[in-house]
Order: sequence, then C-alpha cells, then structure tokens
Amino acid sequence: MARLGEAVFHARGLTKVYWQGDVKVQALRGIDMDLVEGELVVMLGASGSGKSTLLNILGGLDVPTSGEVTYRDIDIAGANDRELTRYRRNHVGFVFQFYNLIPSLTARENVAAVTEIAHNPMTPEAALELVGLTPRMDHFPAQLSGGEQQRVAIARAIAKRPDVLLCDEPTGALDSATGVLVLAALDTVNRETGTTTVIITHNASIGQMADRVITLSDGAIIGEHQNPARHDPRSLSW
Amino acid sequence: MHTKLRREMWQQRGQMLAIALVIAGGVAVCLLSLVNYASLSATREAYYLENRFADIFVAVKRAPRHVVQRVADIPGVARISSRVEGAATLAVEGFADPVSARLVSLPETGQPEVNRLFLRHGRLPQAAHGNEVAVIGSFADAHALQPGDEMDAIINGRRQRLTIVGIVESPEFIYVIPPGGMLPDYRRYGVLWMNEDALSAAMDMRGAFNSLVLRVDPAVTVASVIDSLDRLFADYGSTGAYSREQQFSHRFLRDELNQLKTMALIFPAIFMGVAMFLLNVVVGRLVSTQREVIAVLKAFGYGNRQIARHYSQLVFAIAIIGLLLGTAAGLWLGRELGVLYMDYYRFPELLFRISPWWVLQLAVVTVGVAWAAGWRAIRRAAVLPPAEAMRPEGPATYHITHAEHLLSWIPLSQPSRMIVRHLTRRPGRTSLSVLGVAMATAIVMVGSFQFSSVSLMVYTQFARVQTQDITVSLTDPVNRSAMYGLARQPGVRYVEGRRMVAVELANGHREWRVSLSGLPQDARLQFVVDDHLNNVTLPPTGLLLTDFLARRLAVGPGDSVEVRVLEGHRPRLMLPVTGVTSEFLGTGAYMQLDAMNRALKESRVVNQILMNLDPDSEDAMYRDLREQPRVMAINVRQAMLDSFFNTLARTFLTYMFVISLLGGIIAFGVIYNTLKISLAERGRDLASLRVLGYRHGEVSHILLGELAVLLILGIPLGWIVGHGLAGLVVMAIETELYRVPLVISGKTLALAAHVVVISAALSGVIIWQRVRNMDLVSVLKTRE
Repeated sequence: MARLGEAVFHARGLTKVYWQGDVKVQALRGIDMDLVEGELVVMLGASGSGKSTLLNILGGLDVPTSGEVTYRDIDIAGANDRELTRYRRNHVGFVFQFYNLIPSLTARENVAAVTEIAHNPMTPEAALELVGLTPRMDHFPAQLSGGEQQRVAIARAIAKRPDVLLCDEPTGALDSATGVLVLAALDTVNRETGTTTVIITHNASIGQMADRVITLSDGAIIGEHQNPARHDPRSLSW
Repeated sequence: MHTKLRREMWQQRGQMLAIALVIAGGVAVCLLSLVNYASLSATREAYYLENRFADIFVAVKRAPRHVVQRVADIPGVARISSRVEGAATLAVEGFADPVSARLVSLPETGQPEVNRLFLRHGRLPQAAHGNEVAVIGSFADAHALQPGDEMDAIINGRRQRLTIVGIVESPEFIYVIPPGGMLPDYRRYGVLWMNEDALSAAMDMRGAFNSLVLRVDPAVTVASVIDSLDRLFADYGSTGAYSREQQFSHRFLRDELNQLKTMALIFPAIFMGVAMFLLNVVVGRLVSTQREVIAVLKAFGYGNRQIARHYSQLVFAIAIIGLLLGTAAGLWLGRELGVLYMDYYRFPELLFRISPWWVLQLAVVTVGVAWAAGWRAIRRAAVLPPAEAMRPEGPATYHITHAEHLLSWIPLSQPSRMIVRHLTRRPGRTSLSVLGVAMATAIVMVGSFQFSSVSLMVYTQFARVQTQDITVSLTDPVNRSAMYGLARQPGVRYVEGRRMVAVELANGHREWRVSLSGLPQDARLQFVVDDHLNNVTLPPTGLLLTDFLARRLAVGPGDSVEVRVLEGHRPRLMLPVTGVTSEFLGTGAYMQLDAMNRALKESRVVNQILMNLDPDSEDAMYRDLREQPRVMAINVRQAMLDSFFNTLARTFLTYMFVISLLGGIIAFGVIYNTLKISLAERGRDLASLRVLGYRHGEVSHILLGELAVLLILGIPLGWIVGHGLAGLVVMAIETELYRVPLVISGKTLALAAHVVVISAALSGVIIWQRVRNMDLVSVLKTRE
C-alpha cells in the first residue's frame, strides 16, 4: 500500500434524485467518499443500490442533485456539459458491461478512436498488447468473443493513460472463466500503469482482488474495508 | 394493440409526418394536375356546347346574302351564321398606346345562331342603335370599361363614336391574339360586336357578308362539308373553309390542355415513385427496431397474422394521413390554380370537376403501394420465432471492402472511417439514399428550370428575332415607297416593311395554316435565327421553316412543299424548303420579299411596317397612326413582353412554383428520414464516443459527414436525372404558340442544390438537437 499516493477524488454529501416516469427515485442518499491515487477499489452492491449512479457521477456522465465532488481541482458537480466532456476526454477511461465497441471499427481502430483525441496516449498496439490481444488486432467486434470484446474495451479505456479507470460490471455479460481473464487484464493495467481503478459489481468474490472494498445499499455506503493483500484475479472463482 | 399503435405513432411523429408529407406531396401534385385538366376540359366542353361553338369557319372577300341559302342546302349543315367582320382602331380614354380591334356583326335578333355570346354585364347591341357595341371581357377588364362608357373608333377610314352596352365572352375568342402578334395583348387588342346593319354600312358590305360560321350534324364528316363550301365560295374570294381544329383560339387552348394533361402524368409519377421508395426504407427500418416487442407479443400468444395486421395498420395509418393531407392540399391548390386559369381563359364559370373514381383510384394505389413497400419488413417481423426475436441482434458485421483497400493511402480519422464503413456496408441502401437525394434534386430542377428557359425564350424572340419597337399591320398591301414617307416623320429612326400572307402549307396529307413572311434581303429589324441564335441568311428562292413546322409537315431542307396562298388569286405554288430554323415562339415560315412578290405576281408591296422610334415621340406617332385609314393593328414590343409575363407566364410559372415547393418538401422528407434512420442505427455508437470524450461537434461529424457524402453523390446525380426529366417535359409541352427551350442554367442547378442543401440543413439541425439531448447513461445501459 506504500505506493498509494494522495486522495484524488473527494465526494461529500452526494445525493441524486431522478424521475423514472412519474416515480421519484432516490438513487444516492448522502455519500461521503475519497479515492486515493493508484488504488483499485471494488464497489459492491445489489442492483438498485446506487453504485452505477455513483460511478456515472465520478465519470462525469451525470451530475449529482446536491453535494460536492471534485477530482483534484476540478469541480465535477458544478461542471457544464462542455467541461464534463473535457474531463472525460482527458482524465477518465470507461469499461461497460456491454463493451460498447464501435462495430464498424476493428479492435485496433476502436482503440485508435480514443488515442486520436488524447494528449499523451499509448499506441493502440501497446494498449492491446497489455490486454493480450495482439493477434486479434485487426478483427471487427463481430468476429471477437465477448471476453475479447471486453478486453478491447479495456485497451480502449487505458490507451489514453487515464487518471482513473471506471468499470461498470465489466464481467456482467461474461461466463466466469472469461470474466477472470478480463479482471486479470484490469489488475495488470492497475499494477503496471498505476491508474486509479474503480470496479463496480454485485459479485462479492471480486472484492478480493481490490485494495479496498466499499459496499453500497439503497443509495448509501453501509460498509468499507481495506484488504490486507490483493488476491490474484486468476485465483478467484464464482 | 390499438393503444400501442397510437403511442408508437405519437412517439415517432416527426418521422411519420415526414413520410406522410412525402406521400401527401405526390398525391397533391397528382390531384391538382388531374383536377385542373378535368375541370378545364369540362368547362371548355360545356362552354362550347352551350354557346354553339362553330365546327367550320369560312372567310370570304364578299359574298351576297342569298348564298347563305345555298350553304344551308349542303347536306350536314345544321346551323349557320353569316357575319360581317372588320377591323378598327380605337382611342380609349387615358391610354395613349395604339389600340386595335376586330369587329364582328350580330344579327337583328341579338344572339347569333352559331358562336353565341355569353353576356357578362349589360345587354347586346340593339338593331335601332347603330353605335352600340358589346366588347370582349378581357379588353373591358384591361381598361376597366363598363356599359355606358364611350370610345372613338375609326372603322374603314371613318371616325365613329361607339357606346358600350355589354361586356361579353365568346367561345371563338378564348385566346385573342392580335394580327401580327404572337401573344395575347388584352390592352391593345380587343373584339367588338355590333349590329349587322351598322357594321355592313360602315364596311360597305350592305346585302353581303364576309364571314361564315357553321355547325355540322355530328353524323356528317366535317371534311365533306368543307369541300362543298370551298367549291361554293371559290368565286367569292374565300381563303378556304377550315375546321375547328385549325381555328386559332381552339388550337391554342387544345395545346395548353394537352400540356396540362402531360404534366398531370409526368410529375405525379416522379413524386409517387420517390414517396414509395422512402416508405419502403422507413417502414423496413421501423419494423426492425421492433424486434423485441414483436417477440414479446408472440410470447403472449399473438399469431403471425395478428402481428402482420398490426404493422400493416401502422403503414396504412401513415398512408392514410398522407392521402388525406395530399387530397386536401391537391383539391385546394387545384381550385386556386383553376381560378387563375379561368381568369386567363375567361370562361364564364369554372366547372370544378373531381371524379370520386380518381380519388378512389389514387387512394387504392397509394395505400396499396405503401403496404407493398412495407410488406417485406412486415413479413420478416411476423415470421421471426419469438426466442430469436427476443435475443438482441448481434453486433453488425462489417468488412473492409476492396474499395477501402484501394483508398488506404488516404489517412482517415476513426470517425471518418466509420462513415466510410457504414456507407459501404450496405451499398444497396446507400445507393437508394443517394437516389432519394438525386430524385429530390431532380424534382426541384424540373419545377424550376423553366424560369430560365422561358427567360431565354423571350430574350431570343425580342432581342434577337424581332427588334422593332412597333409593328403596324395594314388592311391592304401598299407599295414599298409608302415607307419612305413614314421614315421622314420626326421621331422615326428606322422603317422596314414585310409582306405577310396567309397560306396553307401542305406535304401530302399534312397541312398547316401559317402566315408566310416575306422579309427584305437587307433586313435590320427582323431576323431568322438558328439553334445557336446566329442569323440565317434568306435564300434567294425557297422557304425557311421553323423546326416545329418542318416536323409537323415532315419536310427537311431539299424537300418541296405546296404553298396554297389563301388571298388574292389564291395561287398554288411548289416551293423548295431551303433551310430549317429554330424559334421558340410561333410557327414561322419565311422567304425573301422580292421572291415572294414575284411568286404572288404582284408589285413591290408590303403589308406590315416595322419601326424603331425615339422613346419621346412614341405617343405622337401612335396618335398619328391611329388616324390612318389603312392601319389594321399596331403591336408594341414592350407591350407584348409585358403581356407575356402577365398572362401566360403567370399561370405557367405559378404551376411550376407549386411543383418546386412540393419538390422541396420531398427533399426534406428524404433527408430527414435518412438522417433519422441513421441516428437510430448509430445512436449507441455515438453515445459511446460521447462517453469516451468526443464533443458534440465531433460526434455530429459522423452523421452529418455521412449526409454530406450522400449530398455530394446525390446532387450531381440529381442534376443528370433532372436534365433528362427536363428534356422529357420540354418535349411533352411543346405547343404551336411556344416551345420552351431546354436550358439548364447554373442558376437552376444552384437552386436545386440549395433547396436540397437547405432541407438537409434543416434536418441536420433537428438531428443535431437530438444528438445533444441524447441520454448517454440510458443508451449505454441497453444492450445492443
């Protein structure tokens, strides 16, 4: 844990209310949280616990109803659309449950779509090597398995050397063997690049690979613990 | 299910409305053209019947009244009116320009047996009052004349004060074209009816007549009666009896109605074709986005038939909305245009004709074609097994095409690469979209090219062919020396004469009545031009014919035509055709003046005088000419131009404007739908890019870039298609009165491109708004 640096994310009194049709949903009820540079955090929670909402707010995809969030000196809670776009572009890498690759671009081109607009990116080839996909570089998404597609998504997320990597149920659509491969890729990236990484999942066993596990329920943090040692993802099963 | 239908239509109202608008555009053009054509045809027929429009017309020099009895004995002759006709120059108060008129006699009883008048205001002249006249409505309107007004006239050299007692219309003079003129000019030329006794006295025609109109028993052929009449009147200086088909006013009207009919076929075909194509694409897309809903419905136990019925209802609903909108717009526009045309043709009342049968046919075709367009997609939806339908469609399969390999040297950004791949993935559909843009461009072009064509036509006629300021037509030929006197008058810059003679040109069974012009060798005011507007020198012998006339007679250079002169001793000559010229207005035939004088065995005479005047002395000149006894009519160039744009051009161009407008609507419909479909298909990709940090502008680049490619390919293709369609239209609407040249100016191309680009920009703005308001989170949460 010695390599972990200062806290880069600060969230205080974060709430989020949205309307689903005529139903009012209180997604977050006063979250206080810090994320430290370089750590790998797993957020656990059942569906509807508010973990995705929190991730989206941290990633600049959504804004809180009240409360403060900052990333270093950037005020994410009060940013407008243009500032949020710039924040996502320069600082955040996303990995989603359904990969969200561009079907008309090959693996390499999907990564290039991000490196083209980034300041100090890796080459697409280096990013794909990091997730072990060099041989499948010139395949289209339709020609790749689910696990491979998700690894392309990870390569795409890390290629711009983001300050924070946010993963929303990255193994949710995968069987466990493939899921482990994807988690191993995330672990490698975190260790080798020192990118602050947040993985949200409803799968408690994934918590073992984290430096820290935060548990959410009904829009509030109900538990938090530091793992004495990170388990190798390859040793996990579910 | 009905609730689902209603909600879905409401959710997608923009797109539905865009499709419905395209269908409405097609239906509206179709109906408006049909309504126009049918209404005008029916109105004309009723008018002819009601007023007993003549089947045969005879003009003679002078025939005694008793000959009428012999005409009545000709088998098949049903009704006869013998008349006296004459020419007059008029002085209308407050109007300095020369005004001339045709005078037609009315019998003691008022209404003639044939060519009865429709009385708009006032009454017909009475036998006891020799100075009473009825005037034609067009002329009365042009000068705001009313019963009770008076005007001075010079009839046969004698000044007379006339009192207007009635405003009338006649089936014989629906189109009124002054002698020597090419286009109607209602301010300077009119038709007047007066009592026969009074007119006979003025024209020295007591006990005689010089014009005969008759109706023929439908069982007898008109040609046989014409033969008998020609034999009977040969000794009375007849220029030959002719049928209604050759009568001036009827001929022009018939041509115009044919023109309308052609347009009623061409435009709707184009519009409906484009509308149906769009419907096909859009309905297909709509159904494929409903895969999961279909699966759920099927899982609940809905049968294929019910599903198919459900989606058919959606298509029908769109088609019916389009049909209703189109029918309403078509009927309304048809009525408005009908009123405009009626004003122009001066029919007493418009019979608004709309056969429910057409509306029904149109409805069946529209709904049928719409359904057929959606059928493929509907069937695909219906036969999908529920389990398969519930599974999402996998990521779309893409390949790197050969074309892209070839273009690999161009460094493309990833968004640009996405555009290329998306366009090349389904080349069929991309081609259809390009075609849609092309058709929209073409429609606007077809609607608008005529503006520049008509301008060129008029420019050619009045700047290159007839450069004289005024044309004076004389009652009888005069020796050319008479012109020298005129040339010395103050304000006259240049004078030139020509000889116009009524002839019938014949080649075998093909005959055509025209005025043959004899032009001086050294003409400086009037020219004959070829295709490229270069002057053609008149051959020392033989004829020059306009291409239109040459085609009608099926002759070319080197062939001979029979020239049957319809005046004087009525000689019949065989003359060679030495050349073919191209003119846009009228059907001219030309020969050299000296050659003509020789052929007619007459001295060096002319019967039309062309002049260029000082602008300051025009009024004085007109006054002077009006007093001249032998002046039959005076045509002023500027007036002809004005009248052209005020009458003919107005109705014609209004129709074209409406077509262009509907073309614009189609363009919008095509492009909006293309973009909308694209957004629906690519929304997820675009949201992904937004999440990755792409800005709005960078993301819109993908959709708008795709649109730009479609426009860049579609617009030039549209220009080509439009050029072809314009050629078709030009051929189809060629009439004796004018032939619109096929001129596609840069302006026309630019206009078509502008309309399409503006439609595209409008759609682009709407789509841009959609991209802006895209809910990133929910897009990402849904599976592919």
